[in-house]
Amino acid sequence: MKEYNLKEYIGVNEIKGPLLIIRNIHNVGYNEMVEVVDEYGNSRIGMILESGKGYAVVQVLGGTTGLSLGNSKIRFIEKPLLMGVSEEMLGRVFNGLGQPIDNLPSPSYEEELDVNGLAINPTARVYPENNIETGISSIDIMNTLVRGQKLPIFSGSGLPHDMVASQITRQAKVKGESFCIIFAAMGVKYDTARFFIDSFEQSGVLERVAIFLSLADSPSIERILTPRMALTLAEHLAFKKNIHVLVIMTDMSNYCEALRELSSIRGEIPARKGYPGYLYSDLASLYERAGLIRGINGSITQIPILTMPNDDITHPIPDLTGYITEGQIVQDRELHSKGIYPPIAVLPSLSRLMKDNIGKNKSREDHPSVSSQLFASYARVKDVRALASIVGEEELSEIDRLYLKFGDAFEQKFLKQDYYERRTFEQGLDLGWKILSILPKEELIRVKEEELKKYYKNQAENIKDEVPIK
Amino acid sequence: MPELAGKIFKINGPVVELENIPPSLRMFDMVRVGDILLIGEVVKLNNEHAFVQVYEDTTSLKPGDPVYTEGVPLFVELGPGLLTNIYDGIQRPLEEIKEKEGFFISRGVSVPALNRSKKWHFHPLVKKDNEVKEGQIIGEVDETSTIKHKIMIPPGINGILKNIIHEGDYSIDEKIALIKTENSETGIFMYQKWPVRKRRPYKEKTPVEEPLITGQRVIDTLFPVAKGGCVAVPGPFGAGKTVVQHQLAKWSDAEIVIFIGCGERGNEMTDVLLSFPKLIDPHTGKPLLERTVLIANTSNMPVAAREASIYTGITIAEYYRDMGYDVALMADSTSRWAEALREMSGRLEEMPLEEGFPAYLPARLAEFYERAGKVKTLSDTLGSVSVIASISPPGGDFSEPVTTHTKRFIRCFWALDKDLAYSRHFPSISWIDSYSEYVDDLKEWWHKNIDSSWLAFRNIIIDLLGKEQRLLQVVKLVGSDVLPESEKLILEICNVFKNAFLQQSAFDETDAFSSAKKQFLMLKSIIYFYTKSESIVKKGVSVNEIRNLPVYQELMRMKSKYSENQLDQFDKLIEKIDADMKELGV
Ligand SMILES: Nc1ncnc2c1ncn2[C@@H]1O[C@H](COP(=O)(O)OP(=O)(O)OP(=O)(O)O)[C@@H](O)[C@H]1O
Ligand SMILES: [Mg+2]
Repeated sequence: MKEYNLKEYIGVNEIKGPLLIIRNIHNVGYNEMVEVVDEYGNSRIGMILESGKGYAVVQVLGGTTGLSLGNSKIRFIEKPLLMGVSEEMLGRVFNGLGQPIDNLPSPSYEEELDVNGLAINPTARVYPENNIETGISSIDIMNTLVRGQKLPIFSGSGLPHDMVASQITRQAKVKGESFCIIFAAMGVKYDTARFFIDSFEQSGVLERVAIFLSLADSPSIERILTPRMALTLAEHLAFKKNIHVLVIMTDMSNYCEALRELSSIRGEIPARKGYPGYLYSDLASLYERAGLIRGINGSITQIPILTMPNDDITHPIPDLTGYITEGQIVQDRELHSKGIYPPIAVLPSLSRLMKDNIGKNKSREDHPSVSSQLFASYARVKDVRALASIVGEEELSEIDRLYLKFGDAFEQKFLKQDYYERRTFEQGLDLGWKILSILPKEELIRVKEEELKKYYKNQAENIKDEVPIK
Repeated sequence: MPELAGKIFKINGPVVELENIPPSLRMFDMVRVGDILLIGEVVKLNNEHAFVQVYEDTTSLKPGDPVYTEGVPLFVELGPGLLTNIYDGIQRPLEEIKEKEGFFISRGVSVPALNRSKKWHFHPLVKKDNEVKEGQIIGEVDETSTIKHKIMIPPGINGILKNIIHEGDYSIDEKIALIKTENSETGIFMYQKWPVRKRRPYKEKTPVEEPLITGQRVIDTLFPVAKGGCVAVPGPFGAGKTVVQHQLAKWSDAEIVIFIGCGERGNEMTDVLLSFPKLIDPHTGKPLLERTVLIANTSNMPVAAREASIYTGITIAEYYRDMGYDVALMADSTSRWAEALREMSGRLEEMPLEEGFPAYLPARLAEFYERAGKVKTLSDTLGSVSVIASISPPGGDFSEPVTTHTKRFIRCFWALDKDLAYSRHFPSISWIDSYSEYVDDLKEWWHKNIDSSWLAFRNIIIDLLGKEQRLLQVVKLVGSDVLPESEKLILEICNVFKNAFLQQSAFDETDAFSSAKKQFLMLKSIIYFYTKSESIVKKGVSVNEIRNLPVYQELMRMKSKYSENQLDQFDKLIEKIDADMKELGV
């Protein structure tokens, strides 16, 4: 970071968690950067959270451990928090504050950007229009991912969200075009980070990945900065360098907890479950940093990962995320315990950008109807299963029994696939038809008559038998 | 340079506290903050300090920085050039900001809301020396190929028209008329300014009687809204609030549409912006954008401007209403507006009530919805503002403050259901939790313009849906096999109604919009099918046999099979029902 004209003070008046209160100073700029140096010369950065006449409240992003009232040195940098960025940062590993931790020399920077970014003018955006074939049917066929989309994975502790995210990155390589990955880890364990790094290495993309690690043992306040660093670099690469950038951020729940901690230390009035009322806007200031800009070739696609506390999708973290992102991929504990990988619950999952990016010339003409029919039929399975558990399978009507068969086949053949299995749109749709053909034609009213003629499998009897029924 | 309004004392996010304020500083005065002159508004005066909410990012403002007052409350500019435009929450034109500043929205940009250099062809309608009154239309401008922009005398001005300019091309900065009022002379321009937080005057409210035809079957047939009515659309994320509002912005028979993206996604505004110029309005044959004003204060844009965006939008809506137009305003989402209010209130350290919302939340909601309605305008024509407001309840729980308070001020409620959305039944408007109190006001219109059995048919289907609810309770416990055939038939008809009628794809070209006529014919066909089936079931035919009739498939597919210019197919459908039922040999 460059040197600026600095105003320095020694001593702070109060230290409260990650917050410093400093009085008797000159008037300082709101939201600007501060450098805080302890008596051993260790420096951390902070930001001015509140600026009043002659005082300031500073949040110290590196944590306040080791700071004393008397000997802390405060330097006001008189600039918002800036970050140097360049393409050289690909292939490198940084800590949560953007400092290299891979024992290599500091990369040289092409420009310095405000980590908070600026809102993209809606008139400058391009509506995302290229789907990404991930090879995973429950995503491609049911909740298609689109380049420039923000599509989070809602998961629970112990569910294989990391595997799903890494399978997507491995299988979704955009052919022939310039692409890269930015990986930001917030408050996760080293193992998680290691898993991703290994999987990047395995698929031979590691030199196209920039990694920001704020692991579980770093001060939680640091997590507030980490995703902003990642996204600032992403914007540089996407919009200045025309690169297709995929940003993976895990675990957003840890980010939100850091915000809650800070808010409660500041004594703010919380909205729900102790989270501040501005959590929505704060998350939006991250998630909206995705998309495409007119006349620029690059793009930012975001896959944030979050664990839902108690698997509760109505918890403020997934709830507010879902209100901002363009859909969500929801993982389900029940499918997981049935041994189904990827355990993606298709019904509560959604891709809002799917509608304009599938069908003729995009995937296949029958895609919209097939997915809609699979949703409708699988939703019915849930009701039939509930009924079967009360009256017993034998008491079900013939058609209901077919729905049970359909449901099992859908889970075991369609949802379930290998970590290394890559299905094309074509294969996924054919598989969908094969399973839909378990049901009588008359049930399939969401598909068009022409499509029924073309794709409905009359040899349905064959597969009915090959499907294992429990 | 305008007058000093004080010096910054403290900055806390979007709220800035001022000291050394002049005694003349008023509540809601518009101010310019700091050397880069950020736009703000005085929201609290207290002990010689003023509190200002700033509509732009406050980074780098310092205590001691000067603040200036404009001496007027926050206003919008109303005149030709609003239509097809896209504004931020405080009416800054986003296209022009992009031309000036590039892809990202930076701070302190000052661009007038209405283009000053564009010439409009003004056509005078009143001769000089006549007496003129406030609200009177004195001229016209073709604002777009479909909309005549009426040039009105601003409220509060009455007198003799001393002068009016000849027909010709003028910019909005040119004076077009001069009025001699009681004690002075006032120049009239093609545009006027109006403070956003104040409702525009009209003569009186009049009863609503005409439906806003939305082309969405579940809405027009089951839960209709009147022109001049208010609807709330609550639903959890992904339930379809935005798509419903987009559908209405596209296909409803309003003459003017104001779409406010209040704290929502940037891409959704881009979607509207890119698709509307290409979509053709079925009522006028012209691109939809020509009747539309967009206001985009997306979730990552400053939160104070989000709070203002709702007022900016409704003021523009009232202005077109005053010209005698039927205006539909969509606000997506009012929860984000309420949250902005909450955030401001928190920063002002006000006492919170439920879930941190300030005590004045219900009052603000009431004020907003009160600005909707059908009115007799100052110039004695009828105009209306309909409000369609989405609500994003935390966790999808409708018992939260914004939903419960809103319910007091609206008469139509489209409750979006998570389970319907999960099974991709769209629009996911629940036929159980939704209601419309406008049915009685609107039935005459349907009976006069479409068919005199509309209400009767509607009631039959509502009754069946009610019975289905009770039957499903039984089915849940014992399965449907034990039900008598007559009850199985009810379940089957409801199934047909839900799939063939209620469910409507926004993305299928034929299905996206159904005229009132088509809706009625579809409803009639289903009811006809029901009464016929009922009589043959009594004679021993099973529901299964009925389901297997070819006409059953035909019924299920009628929505996308019969387009608007094939409505005669419905007569044939009735014949087919007769013929197929005959086949069953009863
Ligand atoms: N009428 C419809 N026809 C087809 N699909 C629909 C319809 N309504 C909604 N959908 C589907 O549901 C998705 C979510 O809808 P929408 O974006 O309107 O939800 P929302 O309630 O506005 O959510 P949020 O509160 O997060 O903004 C759409 O992207 C679309 O795929
Ligand atoms: Mg929405």
